[in-house]
Amino acid sequence: MRKTFKLDELECANCGAKMEAAIKKIDGVVDAKVTFMTQKLVVEADDARFDEIIDEAQAICRKIEPDCEIVR
Amino acid sequence: MNKKLRRWRKRIVIALVLFALIFALTELLPLSNWLGGERNAVYVEFALYLIPYAIAGYDVLLKAARNIKNGQLFDENFLMAVATIGAFSLVFFPDSGPHMAEGAAVMLFYQVGELFQQYAVGKSRKSIAAMMDIAPDFANVRNTNGDLEQIDPDSVAVGSEIVVKPGERVPIDGVVVEGSSQLDTAALTGESVPRAIEAGSEVVSGCVNLTGLLVIKTTKPFGESTVSRILELVENAAEKKAHTENFITRFARYYTPAVCGVALVLALLPPLLGFGALSDWVFRGLTFLVVSCPCALVISVPLSFFGGIGGASKLGILIKGSNYLESLASVDTVVFDKTGTLTSGTFGVVAVHPAEGVKSDRLLELAAHAEAYSDHPIAMSVKQAYGARIDETRVSNASEVSGRGVQAKIDGASVSVGNDKLMASLDIDAHNCELVGTMLHVAENGKYLGHIVIADMVKDDAAKTIADLHATGVTKTVMLTGDAEEVARSVASKLGLDEFHAKLLPQDKVAEVERLLDEESKKGRLAFVGDGINDAPVLTRADIGIAMGAMGSDAAIEAADIVLMDDKPSNIAKAIRLSRKTMGIVWQNIVFALGVKLAMLVLAAVGIANMWMAVFADVGVAILAILNAMRCMNVKKFQ
Repeated sequence: MRKTFKLDELECANCGAKMEAAIKKIDGVVDAKVTFMTQKLVVEADDARFDEIIDEAQAICRKIEPDCEIVR
Repeated sequence: MNKKLRRWRKRIVIALVLFALIFALTELLPLSNWLGGERNAVYVEFALYLIPYAIAGYDVLLKAARNIKNGQLFDENFLMAVATIGAFSLVFFPDSGPHMAEGAAVMLFYQVGELFQQYAVGKSRKSIAAMMDIAPDFANVRNTNGDLEQIDPDSVAVGSEIVVKPGERVPIDGVVVEGSSQLDTAALTGESVPRAIEAGSEVVSGCVNLTGLLVIKTTKPFGESTVSRILELVENAAEKKAHTENFITRFARYYTPAVCGVALVLALLPPLLGFGALSDWVFRGLTFLVVSCPCALVISVPLSFFGGIGGASKLGILIKGSNYLESLASVDTVVFDKTGTLTSGTFGVVAVHPAEGVKSDRLLELAAHAEAYSDHPIAMSVKQAYGARIDETRVSNASEVSGRGVQAKIDGASVSVGNDKLMASLDIDAHNCELVGTMLHVAENGKYLGHIVIADMVKDDAAKTIADLHATGVTKTVMLTGDAEEVARSVASKLGLDEFHAKLLPQDKVAEVERLLDEESKKGRLAFVGDGINDAPVLTRADIGIAMGAMGSDAAIEAADIVLMDDKPSNIAKAIRLSRKTMGIVWQNIVFALGVKLAMLVLAAVGIANMWMAVFADVGVAILAILNAMRCMNVKKFQ
């Protein structure tokens, strides 16, 4: 499944790049992309684990930028 | 500016004012005399400077602490926290001068830079969103009582009738059933002249209805309508990142840890080897940390691309990704598929050559009247060129001479209009002309009056486009066509094209483009321009596929990398110039930011630059780079 999310309060370009790299490493993620300018996250991942994957991605984003929230 | 930014700004202003007061106080007043000694004065200053420092930077310190806990070293908060805390703690080295003012200033100006960055990015996001604000939020549909009701355009079924009032945007693609009006297509094509429409005309979503009430029968669902597709395309464009963008991200990943490492070595190694005081070298190391933040660069590059893509869409040029914008800037070969790009693909009068003593208007008038009853494409183009109303009462005995032309009596005189064969059969000596196309000779009462040349019309701005392309540095312009050699030669020489290849079948065009791609230099890129009809394979094969006149054509939007919404070839030159400008700004920023940073690193290492200089350089570069990047959105001079 491929889905696009808005990343609220993504405010540092370098953090976006870090998030992208970290989300790509989550088990079951085929591809992930964080676009700083449009504040968007595109995740392509395993259907079965999709919700869990997004939870993990949210945790990663919080770690890198505490206010950053994946809008679902 | 939103609430959060405003609160932040207030905090920085308060801290700045306090900082200035304390700075003036400590510089002007003889504190050490009052407090009985130099050391005491320093401790008082230390306490005083902590106040603006904490007000301005407590969040940075908190974030740094949290990030260390989360294992995120080397982010900007960490760097700033270490640099400023370090500067403050130099007070404990009795042999070093106090550096509290620097510590507080670094935090303050860092925050000023950050605030500016967020403000600028937010503004760009907003202005591009506004540029793209062409999506209508409702459609007017008649309900069972016959009243108009505003409903979500997403829920309108294909084939339903919707009503668009003057001043409203057309929400869904369709065909006009009732009413006539003027449509403003500027949001889609950048073209400011309104387009007249009437019952039977196709309309695309996103246009603004200017004058009359329209009833439109929808031909597509909202999600597949032009406006939705365009929005999707532009929104996703930023996802396809350019090489330069990836390069900067990768660079930032290594740059910051590397500079931190060097700072550590710089602070510890020389004093251990016995060169100078520890406090001196620690201070130089801290200055290094201030310079090591790559923020300006990391933000200004995507900001430039985003601005460039947004600005282009304002001109009716849709670029599907930053990578295409980047390649477009290095295009040195442009290949055109003739029909639909350089020529309009419809017949038209290209020249009127009257015989001596005959006015060209007279020639057109006679030809148009003789063809009054014909609806052959050639007759239609003559009538269109004539322009005025045709008075059919002047025409009698009109007849068609199959394969040759027409004959008629006009105002009593017998007029013949047709090709060489017709003239030969009438024993009239016709002059052929050097132009290529269909000749329409005109004779009145057996006397030759001249000829009209009809051909596939070269677009008005085609010649200018080729000249513009050459002026922007495109070295080779090539035309491919399935037409006959002479037609191709005449168009090519008229437009000043460098190369042309005629009589090509669609598969030959792919082969020809592949051959040209092989000839490309390593750095140069080849762009193929087509009208989106039957040329999808070539569009995908070229480095950059440009489809034009694509308003409403899904296949073209799908296959191309760059879509020109209207059918003016001059937009290609505009797109290339715009991409060059964007790439120019990107490289200016990279070179400028890195140059200043490197210079500061060297100056800091040898002890010339202090923290004041470092922080001003850092924030200054960030602000200038962002302001420079925001220029990408400005496309006024291309309009």
